[in-house]
Amino acid sequence: MFGKLTLQAIPYHEPIIMGTLVVVLLGGAALLGAITYYGKWTYLWKEWLTSVDHKRIGVMYIILALVMLLRGFADALMMRAQQAIAANGAEGYLPPHHYDQIFTAHGVIMIFFVATPLILGLMNVIVPLQIGARDVAFPFVNSLSFWLSAVGAVLVMMSMFVGDFAATGWVAYPPLSELGYSPTVGVDYYIWSLQISGLGTLLTGINLVVTILRMRAPGMTLMKMPVFTWTALITNILIVAVFPVLTATLALLTADRYLDMHFFTNELGGNAMMYINLIWVWGHPEVYILILPCFGAFSEIIATFSGKPLFGYKSMVYATSSIGLLSFFVWLHHFFTMGSGANVNAFFGIMTSIISIPTGVKLFNWLFTMYQGRIRYHSSTLWTIGFMVTFAIGGMTGVLLAVPGADFVLHNSLFLVAHFHNVIIGGVLFGCLAAITFWFPKVFGFTLNEFWGKVSFWCWLVGFYLAFMPLYVLGLDGMTRRMNHYQDPRWQPWLIVALCGALTIAAGILAMFIQFYVSIRDRDAHRDTTGDPWNGRSLEWATASPAPFYNFAHVPAITSLEQHWDDKREGRAYVQPADYEDIHMPKNTGAGFIVSMFGLVLCFALVWHIWPLAIISLIGVVGTFIARTYDRHVDYYVPAAEVERIENARYAQLTEVA
Amino acid sequence: MSDSTVAALRPPHSRWRRVPAVLALGLLSGCKMVLFDPRGDIGAQEKHLILVSLGLMLAVVIPVIALTLYFFWRYRETNTEATYSPDWAHSTRIEVVVWAIPCVIVAFLAVLIWRTTHSLDPYRPIESTQAPVRVDVVALNWKWLFIYPDYGIATVNQLTLPVNTPVNFRLTADSIMNSFFIPQLGSQVYAMAGMQTKLHLISDHEGVYDGRSAAYSGSGFSDMHFKTTVTSRGAFDAWVTQVRAEQNMLDKPAYRTLAQPETPGQPAIYANVDPTLFDSVVNQYMQPTGLGDMCGPQARPTAGAMSMQSMKASAE
Repeated sequence: MFGKLTLQAIPYHEPIIMGTLVVVLLGGAALLGAITYYGKWTYLWKEWLTSVDHKRIGVMYIILALVMLLRGFADALMMRAQQAIAANGAEGYLPPHHYDQIFTAHGVIMIFFVATPLILGLMNVIVPLQIGARDVAFPFVNSLSFWLSAVGAVLVMMSMFVGDFAATGWVAYPPLSELGYSPTVGVDYYIWSLQISGLGTLLTGINLVVTILRMRAPGMTLMKMPVFTWTALITNILIVAVFPVLTATLALLTADRYLDMHFFTNELGGNAMMYINLIWVWGHPEVYILILPCFGAFSEIIATFSGKPLFGYKSMVYATSSIGLLSFFVWLHHFFTMGSGANVNAFFGIMTSIISIPTGVKLFNWLFTMYQGRIRYHSSTLWTIGFMVTFAIGGMTGVLLAVPGADFVLHNSLFLVAHFHNVIIGGVLFGCLAAITFWFPKVFGFTLNEFWGKVSFWCWLVGFYLAFMPLYVLGLDGMTRRMNHYQDPRWQPWLIVALCGALTIAAGILAMFIQFYVSIRDRDAHRDTTGDPWNGRSLEWATASPAPFYNFAHVPAITSLEQHWDDKREGRAYVQPADYEDIHMPKNTGAGFIVSMFGLVLCFALVWHIWPLAIISLIGVVGTFIARTYDRHVDYYVPAAEVERIENARYAQLTEVA
Repeated sequence: MSDSTVAALRPPHSRWRRVPAVLALGLLSGCKMVLFDPRGDIGAQEKHLILVSLGLMLAVVIPVIALTLYFFWRYRETNTEATYSPDWAHSTRIEVVVWAIPCVIVAFLAVLIWRTTHSLDPYRPIESTQAPVRVDVVALNWKWLFIYPDYGIATVNQLTLPVNTPVNFRLTADSIMNSFFIPQLGSQVYAMAGMQTKLHLISDHEGVYDGRSAAYSGSGFSDMHFKTTVTSRGAFDAWVTQVRAEQNMLDKPAYRTLAQPETPGQPAIYANVDPTLFDSVVNQYMQPTGLGDMCGPQARPTAGAMSMQSMKASAE
């Protein structure tokens, strides 16, 4: 009836987990209570949960990412605390079976449920606005994608309280992740949460590729596309190309664990090396999936705040595209130490170092964008400069790791851990936070508080260096990753410094939430009345802030790369058109939400082998989907009079400001 | 390292711009970090390779960081003396240079990578006037078994090697993948079940060096470390004789007992080892009906159950 699920699955004897559970339950109850008290259920359902508006879906992605950041960061603090004390025979406060789940969950959460939703959310919000589209190509699929990602995150969170999570490391190498060595449901939670959120990511990839290729405003040729949209295009092509590989790889592992097959087992001809190759065929392009849109965001920010066009736009496009292409030819650098021949290792080492060419070009182009500019010291600019300096260091250590002879001693060390945090925090995270600061007014209609934004930046920057420079040193001192405790007392001082760094980053995260709070509280003082708070250059700054749900009353005709900038210069901007037309828009639908909720139940049932429930929820998933396909009322027209009313208010406000 | 990076972050005051490079290299090579204190030729070459690659890249990275900070400061909004070219966005000359600089560096790196990847190939035997010592390594859960096929002896979690003598390792794992790593001697290579990998190392200093697994392999992973004792040839031969005088045997049944999950692994020595043992461990998954006592799918759930028990035990 309940499959493998019994009451023993709840870890009553773990005070840390039970404490967290109490906090989560109280917090959840308070949230639900508040929604009920203020009577916001209908609003929440109609305006958010069922919304197909790309901007609202983007915002929900980012909220999901920020919530999961708290969980992933709590894991990080626990690991840093454990390693700061577990020296020289001391065992620390986390036993291996708990600690191993924490570092696995930290990696999975930060990549799949923080970085990925941040990127997907930003692309969702910005891309249609930048290309002059009213929404994405498939609005219902967009809603479905988000909710599939969200239930993946819910599944990971559930694993903490019901059962356990994988204790295998975030890429779950077999044979350790096979049933023989990981007999509990941890790896199953890992598999199903990645499968369901990966499906969401793949659907978003398809959606945005089609949106960018088919829905650009008339006149916007590919080489007139804003650079952020270019990076988004390449990223989504990468998503479409590699996420099926992840799905297939995990499906084979699932077949091993559920159907007694032997793709990656030790016995009966299984081959774990195949899994390791396959997972990195997905895994390496994945890091470029994360970083490319951040490169795009930095490009927009640096040009806007330098008061100049981006230097070398064409170079940037070619660099982005070549990074996308090269990312498929480097996966083997994750395991030079597997015993491949020297020719193979040398090939992948050289291919990896070649990626640093277009990346280096990008750095130079940002540099020359600042050259002879008028740089405003906004917090998004600070994130950009912090990124350029930090990423240069992270890129360098990355190329060092790409030299096989150096990797033979640095592989799997804390040097590697420092490297990828250097590029993911210094690149992806700084990029997303810069982008949130930059585009926030476009979605919400007011700018974020600068003081707390700058406090957050400095805490993150200083905290990053304090937390990860010691790890470089420890890697050079032979300390390997994922150690629960260690013998060498010389490592301890460095790990204590790293803990202090993590605490400084915690202050940065706190400052960010204070920033949100203060900004919302003082929103009336920081209204963006023009829709163009930073004197922007691309199309999204031409419409109002917050952008109306239809984005643009008239689809703009594009004649240049920096359309809005040139319009402003030639006096074409802010000219109210004489008449309006009905606007064709998609209707909200709860189908995506309902399919995903059935999907959550399905995955939970599969994790615990509760077959009747799995069948019922599968019927729910398929049935809801079929029902949705019979729904003919998926769109509507906004009457021209309604558009005119909204636009008149906007132009009245513009006149008032002028 | 952290000091140097902090130094690199400071706004550059013209002539101090080169200081971070010197500081970084100085600190890196000056500290007693084990990778910069190698005790063998492979490790020494790898240290050299790390420093050369870093130096090559720092030649670009430091100017880029310095220019970033300089331009950021120089072209600040409040500095109205600086030139402002609001439309300047292209220069073929600069574009050629910014593509050329990383291309040149990568060209140098590519040559370096090709050469060193071949010269440091872990499978490449080390040339020496001394005849090599052979050691067969089996990664167990969670300890290391070292078999000396030339002497018919074996040890657990203690590796003894003669100085200035090439060591030819063959590696495998009983079940879960590990990585065999003695940082001060150099390269690591994976030990994988059902497969055999090779590694060649040499030490030029007597001493005791830490070794460990570099690939996470489950709950006992952190205790999977061992001491590598490098001694004179005479002391090594005496040690071999001493081990041979012991009574312990390592035949296949004894190996099965030894291979049960254990944490932390206890050191042990064996005077007499079944000469086919290593090959049987490598081939155990190839013969589901042959060595029933050795291996086969039926042995796996037991190992899994054991590892679960030890997980539970460590939880309480």
